[in-house]
Amino acid sequence: MILMIFVGIEVIGRVPSVLHTPLMSGANAIHGVVIIGAIIVMGKAEPGNYLALTLGFLAVFLGTLNVVGGFVVTDRMLEMFKSKKKGN
Amino acid sequence: MEQQILILIYLLASVSFIMGLKMLSHPLTARKGNLIAAAGMAIAIFGTIFLYKNLETGLGLGNYSWIFSGLLLGTIVGTVVARKVKMTSMPEMVSMFNGMGGACAALISIVEFDHLSHLLANNPAESISAHQPMVLVIVLGLIIGTISFAGSMIAWGKLNGNIGDLSFKGQSVLNLLILAIILVLAVLLILNPANTVLIYIILILAVIYGIMFVMPIGGADMPVVISLLNSFTGVAAAFGGFLYDNKVMLTGGILVGAAGTFLTLLMCKAMNRSLKNVLIGSFGGNKTIAGGTSSNFQGTVKEISMSDAATVLAYAHKVMIVPGYGLAVAQAQHVCHELEKTLTERGVEVSYAIHPVAGRMPGHMNVLLAEADVPYEKLEEMEQANESFKQTDVTLVLGANDVVNPAAKTDPSSPIYGMPILDVELSKNVIVNKRSMKPGYAGIENELFFRPKTSMLFGDAKKVLQDLVAEIKAN
Repeated sequence: MILMIFVGIEVIGRVPSVLHTPLMSGANAIHGVVIIGAIIVMGKAEPGNYLALTLGFLAVFLGTLNVVGGFVVTDRMLEMFKSKKKGN
Repeated sequence: MEQQILILIYLLASVSFIMGLKMLSHPLTARKGNLIAAAGMAIAIFGTIFLYKNLETGLGLGNYSWIFSGLLLGTIVGTVVARKVKMTSMPEMVSMFNGMGGACAALISIVEFDHLSHLLANNPAESISAHQPMVLVIVLGLIIGTISFAGSMIAWGKLNGNIGDLSFKGQSVLNLLILAIILVLAVLLILNPANTVLIYIILILAVIYGIMFVMPIGGADMPVVISLLNSFTGVAAAFGGFLYDNKVMLTGGILVGAAGTFLTLLMCKAMNRSLKNVLIGSFGGNKTIAGGTSSNFQGTVKEISMSDAATVLAYAHKVMIVPGYGLAVAQAQHVCHELEKTLTERGVEVSYAIHPVAGRMPGHMNVLLAEADVPYEKLEEMEQANESFKQTDVTLVLGANDVVNPAAKTDPSSPIYGMPILDVELSKNVIVNKRSMKPGYAGIENELFFRPKTSMLFGDAKKVLQDLVAEIKAN
Protein backbone atom coordinates (compact mmCIF):
# COMPACT_ATOMS: atom_id res chain seq x y z
CA MET A 1 0.00 0.00 0.00
CA ILE A 2 2.74 2.43 0.99
CA LEU A 3 4.44 1.28 -2.18
CA MET A 4 1.42 2.30 -4.23
CA ILE A 5 1.52 5.79 -2.73
CA PHE A 6 5.10 6.16 -3.88
CA VAL A 7 4.28 4.75 -7.27
CA GLY A 8 1.39 7.19 -7.58
CA ILE A 9 3.56 10.17 -6.78
CA GLU A 10 6.44 8.95 -8.91
CA VAL A 11 4.14 8.46 -11.88
CA ILE A 12 2.72 11.97 -11.73
CA GLY A 13 6.03 13.53 -10.77
CA ARG A 14 7.03 15.20 -14.01
CA VAL A 15 3.86 15.79 -15.88
CA PRO A 16 3.58 18.93 -18.03
CA SER A 17 0.65 21.15 -17.13
CA VAL A 18 -0.68 20.60 -20.63
CA LEU A 19 -1.75 17.16 -19.59
CA HIS A 20 -3.31 17.93 -16.23
CA THR A 21 -6.83 17.77 -17.52
CA PRO A 22 -6.54 14.45 -19.39
CA LEU A 23 -4.54 12.99 -16.53
CA MET A 24 -7.16 13.93 -14.00
CA SER A 25 -9.77 12.45 -16.25
CA GLY A 26 -7.76 9.26 -16.68
CA ALA A 27 -7.20 8.91 -12.95
CA ASN A 28 -10.89 9.53 -12.55
CA ALA A 29 -11.65 6.58 -14.77
CA ILE A 30 -9.21 4.35 -12.91
CA HIS A 31 -10.82 4.88 -9.54
CA GLY A 32 -13.86 3.43 -11.20
CA VAL A 33 -12.40 0.14 -9.90
CA VAL A 34 -14.97 0.54 -7.15
CA ILE A 35 -17.19 -1.15 -9.66
CA ILE A 36 -15.56 -4.44 -8.77
CA GLY A 37 -16.77 -3.99 -5.24
CA ALA A 38 -20.21 -3.22 -6.58
CA ILE A 39 -20.18 -6.40 -8.65
CA ILE A 40 -19.15 -8.45 -5.64
CA VAL A 41 -21.91 -6.90 -3.52
CA MET A 42 -24.37 -7.63 -6.24
CA GLY A 43 -23.25 -11.18 -6.78
CA LYS A 44 -23.32 -12.01 -3.09
CA ALA A 45 -26.76 -10.59 -2.42
CA GLU A 46 -29.45 -13.16 -1.74
CA PRO A 47 -32.14 -13.06 -4.44
CA GLY A 48 -34.75 -11.98 -1.90
CA ASN A 49 -32.81 -9.09 -0.45
CA TYR A 50 -34.24 -6.24 -2.46
CA LEU A 51 -32.44 -3.47 -0.59
CA ALA A 52 -29.11 -5.00 -1.47
CA LEU A 53 -30.19 -5.78 -5.00
CA THR A 54 -31.50 -2.29 -5.72
CA LEU A 55 -28.61 -0.46 -4.15
CA GLY A 56 -26.17 -2.90 -5.71
CA PHE A 57 -27.73 -2.40 -9.10
CA LEU A 58 -27.48 1.33 -8.68
CA ALA A 59 -23.87 0.97 -7.60
CA VAL A 60 -22.99 -1.17 -10.62
CA PHE A 61 -24.73 1.32 -12.88
CA LEU A 62 -23.00 4.37 -11.40
CA GLY A 63 -19.65 2.61 -11.29
CA THR A 64 -19.91 1.66 -14.95
CA LEU A 65 -20.85 5.22 -15.76
CA ASN A 66 -17.68 6.32 -14.00
CA VAL A 67 -15.46 3.81 -15.77
CA VAL A 68 -16.85 4.00 -19.28
CA GLY A 69 -17.55 7.72 -19.25
CA GLY A 70 -14.14 8.44 -17.77
CA PHE A 71 -12.22 6.48 -20.36
CA VAL A 72 -14.27 7.74 -23.29
CA VAL A 73 -13.90 11.36 -22.25
CA THR A 74 -10.18 10.96 -21.75
CA ASP A 75 -9.84 9.31 -25.12
CA ARG A 76 -11.72 12.12 -26.80
CA MET A 77 -9.45 14.69 -25.23
CA LEU A 78 -6.34 12.85 -26.27
CA GLU A 79 -7.64 12.15 -29.72
CA MET A 80 -7.31 15.85 -30.38
CA PHE A 81 -3.67 15.95 -29.46
CA LYS A 82 -3.01 13.04 -31.73
CA SER A 83 -4.93 14.07 -34.84
CA LYS A 84 -3.15 17.38 -34.75
CA LYS A 85 0.25 15.72 -34.71
CA LYS A 86 -0.64 13.62 -37.72
CA GLY A 87 -1.86 16.74 -39.49
CA ASN A 88 1.57 18.24 -39.41
CA MET B 1 -7.07 -22.82 -9.91
CA GLU B 2 -9.64 -20.20 -10.85
CA GLN B 3 -8.60 -18.16 -7.85
CA GLN B 4 -5.01 -18.15 -9.04
CA ILE B 5 -6.12 -16.96 -12.44
CA LEU B 6 -8.16 -14.20 -10.82
CA ILE B 7 -5.19 -13.10 -8.74
CA LEU B 8 -3.11 -13.02 -11.89
CA ILE B 9 -5.77 -10.99 -13.66
CA TYR B 10 -5.87 -8.50 -10.82
CA LEU B 11 -2.13 -8.22 -10.89
CA LEU B 12 -2.23 -7.60 -14.61
CA ALA B 13 -4.94 -4.98 -14.19
CA SER B 14 -2.99 -3.21 -11.44
CA VAL B 15 0.09 -3.12 -13.64
CA SER B 16 -1.98 -1.77 -16.52
CA PHE B 17 -3.27 1.04 -14.30
CA ILE B 18 0.23 2.02 -13.28
CA MET B 19 1.49 1.83 -16.85
CA GLY B 20 -1.55 3.68 -18.11
CA LEU B 21 -1.14 6.50 -15.62
CA LYS B 22 2.56 6.70 -16.37
CA MET B 23 1.93 6.92 -20.09
CA LEU B 24 -0.83 9.47 -19.56
CA SER B 25 1.74 11.85 -18.22
CA HIS B 26 3.60 12.07 -21.53
CA PRO B 27 1.95 13.73 -24.52
CA LEU B 28 3.08 11.14 -27.03
CA THR B 29 2.00 8.03 -25.19
CA ALA B 30 -1.01 9.47 -23.41
CA ARG B 31 -3.69 8.01 -25.59
CA LYS B 32 -2.24 4.53 -25.60
CA GLY B 33 -1.90 4.76 -21.83
CA ASN B 34 -5.57 5.50 -21.50
CA LEU B 35 -6.46 2.50 -23.64
CA ILE B 36 -4.16 0.22 -21.66
CA ALA B 37 -5.77 1.28 -18.41
CA ALA B 38 -9.21 0.74 -19.95
CA ALA B 39 -8.24 -2.75 -21.10
CA GLY B 40 -6.94 -3.51 -17.61
CA MET B 41 -10.24 -2.39 -16.18
CA ALA B 42 -12.17 -4.57 -18.59
CA ILE B 43 -10.30 -7.77 -17.72
CA ALA B 44 -10.59 -6.98 -14.01
CA ILE B 45 -14.36 -6.55 -14.32
CA PHE B 46 -14.96 -9.70 -16.33
CA GLY B 47 -12.48 -11.66 -14.26
CA THR B 48 -14.44 -10.70 -11.16
CA ILE B 49 -17.77 -11.62 -12.67
CA PHE B 50 -16.74 -15.07 -13.81
CA LEU B 51 -13.99 -16.17 -11.46
CA TYR B 52 -14.76 -14.59 -8.10
CA LYS B 53 -15.54 -17.03 -5.33
CA ASN B 54 -16.72 -16.27 -1.86
CA LEU B 55 -13.99 -17.64 0.36
CA GLU B 56 -16.34 -18.67 3.15
CA THR B 57 -19.07 -20.35 1.16
CA GLY B 58 -17.06 -21.29 -1.90
CA LEU B 59 -19.90 -20.06 -4.06
CA GLY B 60 -19.45 -17.97 -7.18
CA LEU B 61 -21.38 -14.82 -7.83
CA GLY B 62 -25.05 -14.89 -8.65
CA ASN B 63 -27.57 -12.39 -9.94
CA TYR B 64 -25.91 -12.22 -13.34
CA SER B 65 -28.93 -10.63 -14.96
CA TRP B 66 -28.81 -7.74 -12.51
CA ILE B 67 -25.08 -7.29 -12.91
CA PHE B 68 -25.15 -7.34 -16.67
CA SER B 69 -28.12 -5.03 -17.00
CA GLY B 70 -26.37 -2.56 -14.70
CA LEU B 71 -23.19 -2.84 -16.71
CA LEU B 72 -24.98 -2.49 -20.01
CA LEU B 73 -27.05 0.47 -18.94
CA GLY B 74 -24.03 2.20 -17.43
CA THR B 75 -22.00 1.58 -20.57
CA ILE B 76 -24.65 2.96 -22.88
CA VAL B 77 -25.39 6.04 -20.81
CA GLY B 78 -21.71 6.66 -20.09
CA THR B 79 -20.69 6.39 -23.73
CA VAL B 80 -23.50 8.55 -25.02
CA VAL B 81 -22.97 11.26 -22.43
CA ALA B 82 -19.20 11.26 -22.86
CA ARG B 83 -19.44 11.38 -26.66
CA LYS B 84 -22.01 14.13 -26.78
CA VAL B 85 -20.47 16.48 -24.29
CA LYS B 86 -18.84 19.58 -25.73
CA MET B 87 -15.12 20.01 -25.26
CA THR B 88 -15.73 23.19 -23.31
CA SER B 89 -17.89 21.51 -20.71
CA MET B 90 -15.36 18.73 -20.14
CA PRO B 91 -14.47 19.78 -16.60
CA GLU B 92 -17.98 19.41 -15.25
CA MET B 93 -18.23 16.06 -17.01
CA VAL B 94 -15.16 14.78 -15.20
CA SER B 95 -16.63 16.08 -11.99
CA MET B 96 -19.90 14.28 -12.59
CA PHE B 97 -18.27 10.95 -13.37
CA ASN B 98 -16.17 11.38 -10.28
CA GLY B 99 -19.31 11.90 -8.22
CA MET B 100 -20.76 8.69 -9.65
CA GLY B 101 -17.68 6.78 -8.48
CA GLY B 102 -18.04 8.29 -5.02
CA ALA B 103 -21.72 7.38 -4.91
CA CYS B 104 -20.84 3.85 -5.97
CA ALA B 105 -18.39 3.52 -3.09
CA ALA B 106 -20.94 4.90 -0.64
CA LEU B 107 -23.64 2.50 -1.83
CA ILE B 108 -21.31 -0.47 -1.42
CA SER B 109 -20.71 0.59 2.16
CA ILE B 110 -24.42 0.87 2.89
CA VAL B 111 -25.18 -2.57 1.48
CA GLU B 112 -22.26 -4.15 3.28
CA PHE B 113 -23.28 -2.53 6.54
CA ASP B 114 -26.81 -3.76 6.11
CA HIS B 115 -25.46 -7.24 5.47
CA LEU B 116 -23.28 -7.06 8.55
CA SER B 117 -26.01 -5.79 10.82
CA HIS B 118 -28.28 -8.62 9.73
CA LEU B 119 -25.52 -11.05 10.46
CA LEU B 120 -25.07 -9.63 13.94
CA ALA B 121 -28.78 -9.52 14.66
CA ASN B 122 -29.28 -13.12 13.62
CA ASN B 123 -26.29 -14.46 15.50
CA PRO B 124 -26.18 -12.81 18.90
CA ALA B 125 -23.33 -15.10 19.82
CA GLU B 126 -21.15 -13.52 17.16
CA SER B 127 -18.61 -11.34 18.87
CA ILE B 128 -18.83 -7.71 17.89
CA SER B 129 -15.15 -7.02 18.28
CA ALA B 130 -14.28 -9.40 15.47
CA HIS B 131 -16.27 -7.23 13.09
CA GLN B 132 -15.14 -3.86 14.31
CA PRO B 133 -12.29 -3.44 11.81
CA MET B 134 -14.77 -4.13 9.05
CA VAL B 135 -17.18 -1.53 10.40
CA LEU B 136 -14.33 0.96 10.47
CA VAL B 137 -13.55 0.34 6.81
CA ILE B 138 -17.22 0.48 5.86
CA VAL B 139 -17.82 3.73 7.68
CA LEU B 140 -14.72 5.41 6.28
CA GLY B 141 -15.64 4.30 2.77
CA LEU B 142 -19.13 5.67 3.30
CA ILE B 143 -17.99 9.03 4.62
CA ILE B 144 -15.37 9.66 1.97
CA GLY B 145 -17.49 8.34 -0.88
CA THR B 146 -20.46 10.45 0.16
CA ILE B 147 -18.45 13.62 0.58
CA SER B 148 -16.92 13.02 -2.81
CA PHE B 149 -20.34 12.46 -4.35
CA ALA B 150 -22.03 15.49 -2.82
CA GLY B 151 -19.02 17.72 -3.43
CA SER B 152 -18.70 16.62 -7.04
CA MET B 153 -22.34 17.29 -7.71
CA ILE B 154 -21.98 20.81 -6.35
CA ALA B 155 -18.80 21.31 -8.38
CA TRP B 156 -20.66 20.08 -11.43
CA GLY B 157 -23.50 22.53 -10.82
CA LYS B 158 -21.09 25.36 -10.24
CA LEU B 159 -19.16 24.76 -13.43
CA ASN B 160 -22.48 24.57 -15.22
CA GLY B 161 -23.29 27.94 -13.84
CA ASN B 162 -26.39 26.59 -12.13
CA ILE B 163 -25.12 27.03 -8.62
CA GLY B 164 -23.51 30.21 -7.38
CA ASP B 165 -21.00 30.76 -4.63
CA LEU B 166 -22.31 30.81 -1.13
CA SER B 167 -20.24 31.74 1.83
CA PHE B 168 -20.99 33.20 5.18
CA LYS B 169 -19.09 34.07 8.29
CA GLY B 170 -18.02 31.15 10.39
CA GLN B 171 -18.60 28.72 7.59
CA SER B 172 -15.27 27.01 7.98
CA VAL B 173 -15.89 26.66 11.70
CA LEU B 174 -19.30 25.14 11.03
CA ASN B 175 -17.76 22.79 8.47
CA LEU B 176 -15.17 21.63 10.95
CA LEU B 177 -17.92 21.12 13.49
CA ILE B 178 -19.91 18.93 11.11
CA LEU B 179 -16.80 16.93 10.30
CA ALA B 180 -16.12 16.49 14.01
CA ILE B 181 -19.67 15.27 14.60
CA ILE B 182 -19.34 12.82 11.73
CA LEU B 183 -16.13 11.42 13.21
CA VAL B 184 -17.63 11.13 16.70
CA LEU B 185 -20.66 9.31 15.32
CA ALA B 186 -18.36 7.04 13.33
CA VAL B 187 -16.49 6.10 16.51
CA LEU B 188 -19.78 5.44 18.30
CA LEU B 189 -20.91 3.25 15.45
CA ILE B 190 -17.71 1.25 15.50
CA LEU B 191 -18.07 0.71 19.24
CA ASN B 192 -21.64 -0.42 18.82
CA PRO B 193 -22.40 -1.63 15.28
CA ALA B 194 -25.92 -2.65 16.33
CA ASN B 195 -26.92 0.99 16.41
CA THR B 196 -27.90 1.14 12.75
CA VAL B 197 -29.56 4.56 12.87
CA LEU B 198 -26.13 6.10 13.24
CA ILE B 199 -24.98 5.12 9.77
CA TYR B 200 -27.86 6.99 8.19
CA ILE B 201 -27.18 10.06 10.28
CA ILE B 202 -23.56 9.84 9.17
CA LEU B 203 -24.71 9.53 5.58
CA ILE B 204 -26.86 12.64 5.80
CA LEU B 205 -24.19 14.64 7.59
CA ALA B 206 -21.59 13.59 5.02
CA VAL B 207 -23.85 14.82 2.23
CA ILE B 208 -24.24 18.14 4.03
CA TYR B 209 -20.53 18.36 4.63
CA GLY B 210 -19.78 17.64 0.98
CA ILE B 211 -22.11 20.43 -0.09
CA MET B 212 -20.87 22.93 2.47
CA PHE B 213 -17.28 22.12 1.68
CA VAL B 214 -17.51 22.97 -2.02
CA MET B 215 -20.15 25.71 -1.79
CA PRO B 216 -17.91 28.66 -0.86
CA ILE B 217 -15.08 27.80 -3.23
CA GLY B 218 -14.73 30.16 -6.16
CA GLY B 219 -15.03 28.95 -9.72
CA ALA B 220 -11.35 29.50 -10.49
CA ASP B 221 -10.41 27.06 -7.76
CA MET B 222 -12.85 24.46 -8.94
CA PRO B 223 -10.28 22.35 -10.85
CA VAL B 224 -8.28 21.96 -7.67
CA VAL B 225 -11.38 20.88 -5.82
CA ILE B 226 -12.33 18.37 -8.49
CA SER B 227 -8.84 16.96 -8.43
CA LEU B 228 -9.04 16.69 -4.66
CA LEU B 229 -12.44 15.01 -4.77
CA ASN B 230 -10.99 12.71 -7.41
CA SER B 231 -8.36 11.54 -4.98
CA PHE B 232 -11.08 11.19 -2.31
CA THR B 233 -12.96 8.78 -4.50
CA GLY B 234 -9.69 6.93 -5.05
CA VAL B 235 -9.30 6.54 -1.29
CA ALA B 236 -12.93 5.43 -0.98
CA ALA B 237 -12.25 2.78 -3.62
CA ALA B 238 -9.20 1.67 -1.66
CA PHE B 239 -11.37 1.18 1.44
CA GLY B 240 -13.58 -1.00 -0.70
CA GLY B 241 -10.43 -2.93 -1.51
CA PHE B 242 -9.74 -3.47 2.20
CA LEU B 243 -13.30 -4.57 2.70
CA TYR B 244 -13.10 -7.36 0.15
CA ASP B 245 -9.38 -7.87 0.47
CA ASN B 246 -9.36 -7.13 -3.23
CA LYS B 247 -5.93 -6.27 -4.60
CA VAL B 248 -6.96 -4.45 -7.71
CA MET B 249 -9.36 -2.14 -5.91
CA LEU B 250 -6.71 -1.46 -3.34
CA THR B 251 -3.96 -0.66 -5.83
CA GLY B 252 -6.22 1.29 -8.18
CA GLY B 253 -7.71 3.28 -5.33
CA ILE B 254 -4.45 4.10 -3.61
CA LEU B 255 -2.81 4.90 -6.93
CA VAL B 256 -5.50 7.43 -7.78
CA GLY B 257 -5.58 8.69 -4.20
CA ALA B 258 -1.86 9.41 -4.22
CA ALA B 259 -1.68 10.62 -7.80
CA GLY B 260 -4.78 12.76 -7.32
CA THR B 261 -3.42 14.38 -4.20
CA PHE B 262 -0.15 15.09 -5.91
CA LEU B 263 -1.91 16.48 -8.96
CA THR B 264 -3.96 18.71 -6.67
CA LEU B 265 -0.79 20.09 -5.16
CA LEU B 266 0.71 20.61 -8.62
CA MET B 267 -2.33 22.58 -9.69
CA CYS B 268 -2.19 24.69 -6.57
CA LYS B 269 1.42 25.42 -7.32
CA ALA B 270 0.60 26.47 -10.87
CA MET B 271 -1.85 28.98 -9.43
CA ASN B 272 0.44 29.87 -6.58
CA ARG B 273 -2.20 29.07 -4.01
CA SER B 274 -1.84 26.90 -0.98
CA LEU B 275 -4.27 24.04 -0.59
CA LYS B 276 -5.36 25.48 2.71
CA ASN B 277 -6.29 28.75 1.03
CA VAL B 278 -8.30 27.00 -1.58
CA LEU B 279 -10.17 24.96 0.99
CA ILE B 280 -10.95 27.76 3.35
CA GLY B 281 -12.02 29.75 0.32
CA SER B 282 -10.03 32.92 0.83
CA PHE B 283 -11.19 34.15 -2.57
CA GLY B 284 -14.62 34.58 -1.12
CA GLY B 285 -13.29 36.06 2.10
CA ASN B 286 -11.13 38.70 0.49
CA LYS B 287 -13.64 39.78 -2.06
CA THR B 288 -15.00 42.68 -0.05
CA ILE B 289 -11.58 44.05 0.81
CA ALA B 290 -10.40 43.86 -2.76
CA GLY B 291 -13.58 45.46 -3.98
CA GLY B 292 -12.84 48.40 -1.72
CA THR B 293 -9.38 49.10 -3.06
CA SER B 294 -10.19 48.41 -6.66
CA SER B 295 -12.65 51.26 -6.93
CA ASN B 296 -9.73 53.57 -6.18
CA PHE B 297 -8.23 53.48 -9.64
CA GLN B 298 -10.80 55.13 -11.78
CA GLY B 299 -8.80 55.56 -14.92
CA THR B 300 -10.49 55.85 -18.25
CA VAL B 301 -11.16 52.82 -20.32
CA LYS B 302 -10.28 53.22 -23.95
CA GLU B 303 -12.42 51.44 -26.48
CA ILE B 304 -11.24 50.43 -29.89
CA SER B 305 -13.44 49.99 -32.95
CA MET B 306 -13.54 46.75 -34.86
CA SER B 307 -11.89 48.16 -37.97
CA ASP B 308 -9.12 49.82 -35.97
CA ALA B 309 -8.45 46.58 -34.15
CA ALA B 310 -8.33 44.73 -37.46
CA THR B 311 -5.89 47.24 -38.92
CA VAL B 312 -3.63 47.14 -35.89
CA LEU B 313 -3.53 43.37 -36.03
CA ALA B 314 -3.07 43.14 -39.78
CA TYR B 315 -0.09 45.50 -39.85
CA ALA B 316 1.68 44.13 -36.83
CA HIS B 317 4.83 42.05 -37.11
CA LYS B 318 4.17 39.85 -34.18
CA VAL B 319 0.87 39.12 -32.47
CA MET B 320 0.41 37.13 -29.30
CA ILE B 321 -3.00 35.71 -28.47
CA VAL B 322 -3.88 35.16 -24.83
CA PRO B 323 -6.92 32.91 -24.71
CA GLY B 324 -8.90 32.62 -21.52
CA TYR B 325 -12.11 31.45 -19.98
CA GLY B 326 -14.19 33.77 -22.16
CA LEU B 327 -12.90 32.07 -25.30
CA ALA B 328 -13.76 28.69 -23.87
CA VAL B 329 -17.28 29.74 -22.93
CA ALA B 330 -17.95 31.36 -26.30
CA GLN B 331 -16.52 28.22 -27.98
CA ALA B 332 -14.51 30.50 -30.16
CA GLN B 333 -11.45 28.26 -30.48
CA HIS B 334 -12.15 27.50 -34.15
CA VAL B 335 -12.66 31.13 -35.11
CA CYS B 336 -9.59 31.97 -33.11
CA HIS B 337 -7.59 29.55 -35.22
CA GLU B 338 -9.06 31.14 -38.33
CA LEU B 339 -7.91 34.57 -37.20
CA GLU B 340 -4.47 33.15 -36.57
CA LYS B 341 -4.38 31.62 -40.07
CA THR B 342 -5.63 34.81 -41.71
CA LEU B 343 -2.97 36.83 -39.95
CA THR B 344 -0.26 34.31 -40.76
CA GLU B 345 -1.17 34.47 -44.44
CA ARG B 346 -0.54 38.19 -44.28
CA GLY B 347 2.90 37.55 -42.90
CA VAL B 348 2.14 38.29 -39.28
CA GLU B 349 3.88 36.09 -36.77
CA VAL B 350 1.23 34.72 -34.45
CA SER B 351 1.58 32.63 -31.34
CA TYR B 352 -0.51 31.80 -28.32
CA ALA B 353 0.44 32.48 -24.73
CA ILE B 354 -1.02 29.83 -22.50
CA HIS B 355 -1.22 30.49 -18.80
CA PRO B 356 -1.02 27.26 -16.81
CA VAL B 357 -4.55 27.76 -15.52
CA ALA B 358 -6.06 29.28 -18.65
CA GLY B 359 -9.52 28.03 -19.48
CA ARG B 360 -11.43 26.16 -16.90
CA MET B 361 -8.85 23.65 -15.81
CA PRO B 362 -5.09 23.44 -16.10
CA GLY B 363 -4.37 22.26 -19.60
CA HIS B 364 -7.94 22.77 -20.69
CA MET B 365 -6.99 25.54 -23.11
CA ASN B 366 -4.47 23.27 -24.79
CA VAL B 367 -7.17 20.70 -25.35
CA LEU B 368 -9.51 23.30 -26.79
CA LEU B 369 -6.94 24.75 -29.14
CA ALA B 370 -5.88 21.26 -30.15
CA GLU B 371 -9.49 20.58 -31.03
CA ALA B 372 -9.37 23.57 -33.38
CA ASP B 373 -6.19 22.18 -35.01
CA VAL B 374 -3.90 24.89 -33.72
CA PRO B 375 -0.36 23.59 -34.25
CA TYR B 376 1.38 22.60 -31.06
CA GLU B 377 4.44 24.77 -31.83
CA LYS B 378 2.30 27.90 -31.76
CA LEU B 379 1.53 27.47 -28.09
CA GLU B 380 3.91 29.11 -25.68
CA GLU B 381 4.06 28.33 -22.00
CA MET B 382 4.09 31.14 -19.51
CA GLU B 383 7.85 31.73 -19.07
CA GLN B 384 8.49 31.51 -22.78
CA ALA B 385 5.55 33.79 -23.55
CA ASN B 386 6.68 36.41 -21.06
CA GLU B 387 9.96 36.62 -22.98
CA SER B 388 8.13 36.89 -26.29
CA PHE B 389 5.88 39.73 -25.16
CA LYS B 390 8.87 42.08 -25.33
CA GLN B 391 9.04 41.68 -29.11
CA THR B 392 5.30 41.69 -29.58
CA ASP B 393 3.45 44.52 -31.31
CA VAL B 394 -0.07 43.57 -30.39
CA THR B 395 -1.29 41.23 -27.68
CA LEU B 396 -4.85 40.12 -28.10
CA VAL B 397 -6.41 39.03 -24.83
CA LEU B 398 -9.48 36.92 -25.45
CA GLY B 399 -11.70 36.58 -22.45
CA ALA B 400 -8.84 36.21 -19.99
CA ASN B 401 -8.78 38.39 -16.94
CA ASP B 402 -7.18 37.27 -13.72
CA VAL B 403 -4.23 35.66 -15.47
CA VAL B 404 -3.20 39.00 -16.94
CA ASN B 405 -4.01 41.15 -13.91
CA PRO B 406 -0.92 43.15 -12.92
CA ALA B 407 -2.28 43.39 -9.38
CA ALA B 408 -0.91 39.89 -8.87
CA LYS B 409 2.54 41.47 -8.99
CA THR B 410 2.00 44.93 -7.58
CA ASP B 411 -0.79 44.86 -5.03
CA PRO B 412 -0.11 42.76 -1.93
CA SER B 413 -3.68 43.23 -0.72
CA SER B 414 -5.04 41.61 -3.84
CA PRO B 415 -6.40 38.11 -3.37
CA ILE B 416 -4.43 36.93 -6.37
CA TYR B 417 -1.21 38.55 -5.20
CA GLY B 418 1.72 36.27 -5.95
CA MET B 419 0.02 34.32 -8.69
CA PRO B 420 2.28 34.15 -11.73
CA ILE B 421 0.73 36.13 -14.57
CA LEU B 422 1.31 36.74 -18.23
CA ASP B 423 3.13 40.05 -18.63
CA VAL B 424 1.06 41.30 -21.51
CA GLU B 425 2.11 44.83 -20.66
CA LEU B 426 5.56 44.17 -22.04
CA SER B 427 4.13 44.27 -25.55
CA LYS B 428 3.57 47.52 -27.41
CA ASN B 429 -0.21 47.35 -27.56
CA VAL B 430 -2.80 45.32 -25.74
CA ILE B 431 -6.27 44.70 -27.08
CA VAL B 432 -8.59 43.12 -24.58
CA ASN B 433 -11.73 41.40 -25.70
CA LYS B 434 -14.29 40.92 -22.96
CA ARG B 435 -18.01 40.80 -22.84
CA SER B 436 -18.21 43.53 -20.24
CA MET B 437 -16.19 45.20 -17.54
CA LYS B 438 -17.34 42.59 -15.09
CA PRO B 439 -14.51 41.21 -12.98
CA GLY B 440 -13.26 37.66 -13.49
CA TYR B 441 -13.44 34.71 -11.16
CA ALA B 442 -11.34 36.25 -8.47
CA GLY B 443 -13.96 38.99 -8.24
CA ILE B 444 -11.49 41.84 -8.60
CA GLU B 445 -11.08 44.70 -10.99
CA ASN B 446 -8.23 44.53 -13.45
CA GLU B 447 -5.98 47.53 -13.52
CA LEU B 448 -4.72 46.45 -16.91
CA PHE B 449 -7.91 47.63 -18.56
CA PHE B 450 -7.28 51.17 -17.40
CA ARG B 451 -3.69 51.37 -18.62
CA PRO B 452 -2.87 53.70 -21.54
CA LYS B 453 -1.50 50.83 -23.65
CA THR B 454 -4.71 48.92 -23.35
CA SER B 455 -7.75 49.25 -25.54
CA MET B 456 -10.96 47.36 -25.04
CA LEU B 457 -12.97 45.51 -27.63
CA PHE B 458 -16.26 44.55 -26.05
CA GLY B 459 -18.40 41.68 -27.22
CA ASP B 460 -18.75 37.94 -27.28
CA ALA B 461 -15.40 36.37 -28.18
CA LYS B 462 -16.76 34.34 -31.04
CA LYS B 463 -18.64 37.22 -32.65
CA VAL B 464 -15.74 39.62 -32.23
CA LEU B 465 -13.31 37.15 -33.78
CA GLN B 466 -15.59 36.49 -36.73
CA ASP B 467 -15.90 40.21 -37.37
CA LEU B 468 -12.15 40.64 -37.03
CA VAL B 469 -11.45 37.90 -39.55
CA ALA B 470 -13.95 39.46 -41.96
CA GLU B 471 -12.41 42.91 -41.53
CA ILE B 472 -8.87 41.70 -42.06
CA LYS B 473 -9.85 39.73 -45.16
CA ALA B 474 -11.62 42.79 -46.56
CA ASN B 475 -8.52 44.93 -46.12
